[in-house]
Formats: sequence, C-alpha cells, structure tokens
Amino acid sequence: MGKVCCCNKDSLAKQDEAIQKLFRSYAPGEKEALIPILQETQGLYGYLPKSILYLASEYLNVPVGKIYGVATFYNQFRFDPVGKYLIQVCAGTACHVRGGGLILQALESELGIKAGETTKNSLFTLSTVACLGACSMAPVVTIGGEFHGRLQPKDVVKLLRDYEMKE
Amino acid sequence: MTKITVIFNGLPVEAELGQTILEAARSHGIKIPTLCHMENLVPSGSCRICVVEVEGERNLVPSCAFPVRDGMAVYTHSERVRRARKSIVELLLANHPDECLYCLRNGDCELQKLAMDFGIRERRFTGNKNRYHIDSSSVAIERDPNKCVLCGRCVRVCDEIQGVGAIDFVGRGLDSVVLPPFNADLADSDCVFCGQCVLACPTGALREKSALRTVWSAILNNKKKVIAQIAPAVRVSMAEELGLEPGTDITGKIVAGLRLLGFDKIFDTNFAADVTVMEEANELVERIKNGGTLPLMSSCSPAWIKFVERNYPEMLSHLSSCKSPQQMFGAIAKTYYAEQQGWQPEDVFVVSIMPCTAKKFEATRPEMGRDGYQDVDAVLTTRELLRMLSTASVEVMRLADGEFDHPLGESSGAAVIFGTTGGVAEAALRTAVYLITGKDSEKVDFNVVRGFKGIKEAEVNIGDLTLKCAVVNGLSNARIVLDGLRDGSLSYDFIEVMSCPGGCVGGGGQPAKDRSNIQARAQSLYVIDAVKSVRTAHHNPEVKKLYKNFLGKPLGELSHKLLHTKYVPRYPKELNVASTKD
Ligand code: SF4
Ligand code: SF4
Ligand code: SF4
Ligand code: FES
Repeated sequence: MGKVCCCNKDSLAKQDEAIQKLFRSYAPGEKEALIPILQETQGLYGYLPKSILYLASEYLNVPVGKIYGVATFYNQFRFDPVGKYLIQVCAGTACHVRGGGLILQALESELGIKAGETTKNSLFTLSTVACLGACSMAPVVTIGGEFHGRLQPKDVVKLLRDYEMKE
Repeated sequence: MTKITVIFNGLPVEAELGQTILEAARSHGIKIPTLCHMENLVPSGSCRICVVEVEGERNLVPSCAFPVRDGMAVYTHSERVRRARKSIVELLLANHPDECLYCLRNGDCELQKLAMDFGIRERRFTGNKNRYHIDSSSVAIERDPNKCVLCGRCVRVCDEIQGVGAIDFVGRGLDSVVLPPFNADLADSDCVFCGQCVLACPTGALREKSALRTVWSAILNNKKKVIAQIAPAVRVSMAEELGLEPGTDITGKIVAGLRLLGFDKIFDTNFAADVTVMEEANELVERIKNGGTLPLMSSCSPAWIKFVERNYPEMLSHLSSCKSPQQMFGAIAKTYYAEQQGWQPEDVFVVSIMPCTAKKFEATRPEMGRDGYQDVDAVLTTRELLRMLSTASVEVMRLADGEFDHPLGESSGAAVIFGTTGGVAEAALRTAVYLITGKDSEKVDFNVVRGFKGIKEAEVNIGDLTLKCAVVNGLSNARIVLDGLRDGSLSYDFIEVMSCPGGCVGGGGQPAKDRSNIQARAQSLYVIDAVKSVRTAHHNPEVKKLYKNFLGKPLGELSHKLLHTKYVPRYPKELNVASTKD
C-alpha cells in the first residue's frame, strides 16, 4: 500500500528573517491572510516583489494567478520597486480644480511613464494620492517628501531637472 | 422540497423554495438569457444580462442569483427588462472589434447571438476599440483579449473546476483584462493547456492554436506519407455537430472523410491504447511485486502531467513512465510500421485527431521523439477536423462507411473506453487480472470505476491481492487526492487521472454547444466496447504480433526506448529552490 512521503519545499526558510516572521504570523493555507500579507510585504519593501507573491502562493495554497488578480484589483499595490524619489501628485478637490490633472499630465509626458510606474533609471516613481492636506498651496506635488505648491505645468520640467542635478 | 407559487408574466407556476428565479423559469420552459452564469457554480451575478423585473423591487434583479419567494411576481421580458438587456449588450459591443466575418466563432458566438436576439441594428455607443496583443505564445491555446466580454467563465473554470488558477482578472472594472499573472505569456504561465476555458468562452477570445495550415501543406507535399490517428472520444463527439443524435458513433464516416481529404493511411489511436494498457498494467504489477513506488498514477492526460510537474514535483516518480497512446502511436508508426512499408521515419507525417488541446503541447515536448524527429507532427482537435471537413466541403454523412487501415487500425474494447473517465483504470484492470492470475476474469466489466463522479474509489480483488484504486476527473479533484497523499490521509495502489471533467469525452478540443452531451458520448463508448469481439488489450492479435515481431516484451528495452518517457519538475524559478530530481 503506497504512502507518499512529502518532501518539504522549504522555500520560506531561504528568505530573510523579516519575511519569514511576516509569513509565520499566519497559518499556512489561511487564505484570509492574503490581503494582510500583501499589505505587510509592501510595507517592508515598498512594493510587491514577484518572488514573494510566489512564496505567498505556496504558503497559502492559492494559485499565483489569483494572487496577482487580487493584488491588481486594489490600487494600493505596486509591482515595481519605488524609485529614489517618490512623486505624489495630489488628486484632492482643491488641487483638481486648480489644474492638478494638468500637472500629472506634464509629469507623465516629461518622465515618459504613467502614474504607478517607475522611470527606467529608477530615479522617479510617479503616483497620485487622495489629498496631501496642503490645499492652500494647490496644486501640490511632493517629491521625495518635499512639498512643491502652486505649480504650473511649465514648472515641472525645471523641478525635475533640479532633482536630476542632485545625482 | 417546499412547493411555492411564482407568477411569471402573469401566469402562476409551481416552483421550489431555494431555487433561483432563473432555475424556476427554466423548469417551465421560460427562457432568460445569461452570459456569466455557469451551471453548478455559485452565481457571480456580474454581467446582468439575466435581469428581470420583480414586483416590489425598485431595481431590476439578476435572475441567476435571486431566490424565488412564494407569490413572487416576475416579468421576464417587460419593456424595462428588454431595454436594460439591450443596453448591456450595446455596451459590450462598444469596444468590440466587429470582426465577425473573419472570426473563428462566426455563427457560433454567444455575443453575436445576443446582439441578434435583442435586435441590435445600429451602434449607439462608440468606445475605443480594444487593442490588446494576441497571445499566441503557446502551441495549444490562443488568447485574444480584444474579443473578451469579461464574463469570467474562463477564470472560474480554470480556478474552480481545474484548480489551476492560471488566469484571472487583472485590474478592476471595465478596464480589467483576463491575463496570466505579471502579464506573462500563457506559454510561460501555470496553464496546463487543458482547454476547459476554451469550452467555457462565449466568444472568440479563447481558442485552440490551429494546426490546419500545417496539415494541409503536409497533405499537398508528395514526399510525405500522411498518417491520421483518431482518438477514441472523437468518434462519438462529432455527430451532434452534424445534426445527429448526440453520442452517435460515426467512426466509419470519419474514416471515409479523412480518406477523401487526402490522408494516406487512417489508423486508430485505440491500437496504441491497447499497447499502453500492456505497458502500464505490466508496470503496475511490477511495482506491486517488487515494492516499487505506489500508487502508480496514470499518464495519458498531458494537462495532468504538466499539473504534477508544476504543483507536485516531488510526486513525479508516481507517474507511470508510459507515454500516452497518442505518442505511442506516433513512435510505432514511424518505426515498426514505417519499416514494414519501407518508409523513412522522416517522410512519415503523423496527424493526431484529438478531443484535446493539451495534446498539441504534449506532441512538441522535446523528449517525445528521437533522431531529430517527433513522434507526432501535428494535432487537430475535434473542432478543427470539423472545420477542415467544411473547408473541403466534405459531408461525411453522405459517404459510405470507411475501414481503418491495417495493422494499426485493430483494437480491443478496452481501448475505446480510454475516452471516458474510468476507462483507463478498467482497461488496465482487465489486463492486470490476466497478468496476476494467468487467466481472464469471467466478467470484464468493472462497473465500480464507471460514472462521472469527480473522485471514485474502488477496492478490486485479484487473486489474493486487493488493489485500492482511485479514479479522478477534473484537476481540482486531482488536487484533493494529491493533497491527501501528501499528508498521508489517503493511500492507493493505482490512480487514474483525467484532467477534463468526464475525461476525454469532455475534452477541451471538443464541440462545446451542450455540455450535457458528454454523458451520451461516454455511453456510446461503453456500447462500442460491449459489442467488440476482443475486449482486452492482451488479446488484440495485432498487439501480440507487435510484441512478437518487434518490441520483444512489455517494459523491454525497445519499449523503453520508444514507448516510455520522463518528466521534468516545473518548479517556478521565482522560488529559486533546487528542483526535485526524479
Ligand atoms: S467574438 Fe463573436 S462578436 Fe466578436 S468578432 Fe467573433 S463572432 Fe463576432
Ligand atoms: S487551458 Fe486550462 S489551465 Fe490553461 S487557462 Fe485554460 S482552463 Fe486554465
Ligand atoms: S476570455 Fe472568454 S470566457 Fe474569459 S472572460 Fe473573456 S469572454 Fe469570458
Ligand atoms: S447571467 Fe446572471 S448576472 Fe450574468
């Protein structure tokens, strides 16, 4: 009578400690843990590395196709590392009515990427946020944590140059 | 069951508590159109084509997900309902490519049918036409997201029925696309090419990768000897598309049609299925006698093989090393038969006609050939053969029955039941009885392994041996069994797995209009078996000759070279773990 020995695929043991700890705080096969694991992973790395999604697939016994589907359903997750400078464009009402959308457009065309993406040289990641809470300065953008207010589309080129010059 | 009354369009009818409005309506012949709805799966309620008006409800409700109540008044085609349904379809058409004339599904497309039924005669909404790239990366399945209506049927089949989860909605809402993860090509994904998603798709968004061009050019090439082999399930699955009773066996007509198309020789995969039984039954008995790895798991279903390679690589040694009948056929045709004819193997072109899309993938696996040639050169699905016949205006039902050529056209009843779930196990058991006890059992029927249940278990006594068997169809059921073996809660000696629900009769390359036809197809295979004069593989006279004059003995040296294979773990590279070697 056959019994199959289960050879332990200990892919988790090969990961760094933080990830091991993160995973081990959930039971293997606990499917409800998917979203929290995704959130904590992004907290750790700033994005969702492909290998960790595969790891989650193994650990939770959920196909990686499902995991990717779930992750792309929520805007909060990103799949590429964040560039050196995170650009956040405020999409709050005040900014919106004062041309925030045009600023975003200008940034997109200048950087050659869309919101959510990172430039090839890994310098900039472009994103939008609900409100930066600096409505008096609308339209507002933060670059690497620094606020830039009352922007016009034409300012964008110079602004980006300044950061590039710092390199 | 509590009987209640539901009033459909003013007429009271009986319904059962717990039914949905859709179910109640259907049981009285009242048609409600559906798109995302799938029989036997929990309703997703996402497309809203099935909306109806319910008295007392402010909004229209999706009938596929809405339960009936006693005294409920439902209007299935009120003005409001008709307008809502029409708008939904108009919106689906807004970004649709409008390529019907050039589309594979022209005349057989649910979107077309809805547009026609609802009387859509003009374009009310103009959206941007979809512009996704067509994924033809795999040899088996082609994806054209431009024609996708986001019904989700493929996603659900792949996940819930097949347990694979290779594709899912990426993104949300109307901007979402059905894709493998990380926008990868299907060829590089976890997809096992079973084709169940193709059967589920209402439009031309999912289809097999066609091999028709290759086959036509081989036929036109005078240097090539083009040999056809027909899988067991194909012969009982074409009738329904030709206006005959579903399940009707039209073997003779298919053979005649193939001859007219210009194939040089027409043979039966069943011959090779008998050879597979000889090899696999011997392998089973050998493993039992010599304490080999058990359970032995069947290896005829190529999607199942890829599934194990990807998801359970540590269990590869359980798989029978036997090639599938399709591959055994090719190997024998290009050696034994070619020698008899004085042909060079490279001048022989083997075309398989299969109920399966994964067979296309199997045929291209590098280990499925030798000396620079593959066992099988091209694989056509049942659907492709039907198309090939139409292109040539061949109406098989007008032709006189044809006969298979000799000797690879001879087969036993054990071979033909390979086409349905349980058939491989039954065929192997018939021969195992002979191998273990030295004689045939009085009754060759093993009813315990028949039927469409997802997992069947049977204990079969042979001599003083008790064989514990499991017969599995549908890969999500295979997952259950493999997980049970992994954690030790299940144990068997032999497991048959067919990737597709119902086995090959329900294969991903089959006609798809009516799923309930697969029962009739399976039934017909059992009838073919029952009336055969030879019903066990080991009594097939041509198989005996093959061993006597060519192979030597089952599991012998030549068998190993031609008829057996090995498997590769497909552990995802992202996990970067040393792969399990077999
Ligand atoms: S999928 Fe249907 S509606 Fe779309 S082009 Fe093909 S036949 Fe026409
Ligand atoms: S062929 Fe099978 S495994 Fe591949 S996507 Fe379709 S249903 Fe899933
Ligand atoms: S590919 Fe076909 S089955 Fe899948 S969601 Fe699109 S239309 Fe539906
Ligand atoms: S069929 Fe009912 S919502 Fe799609």
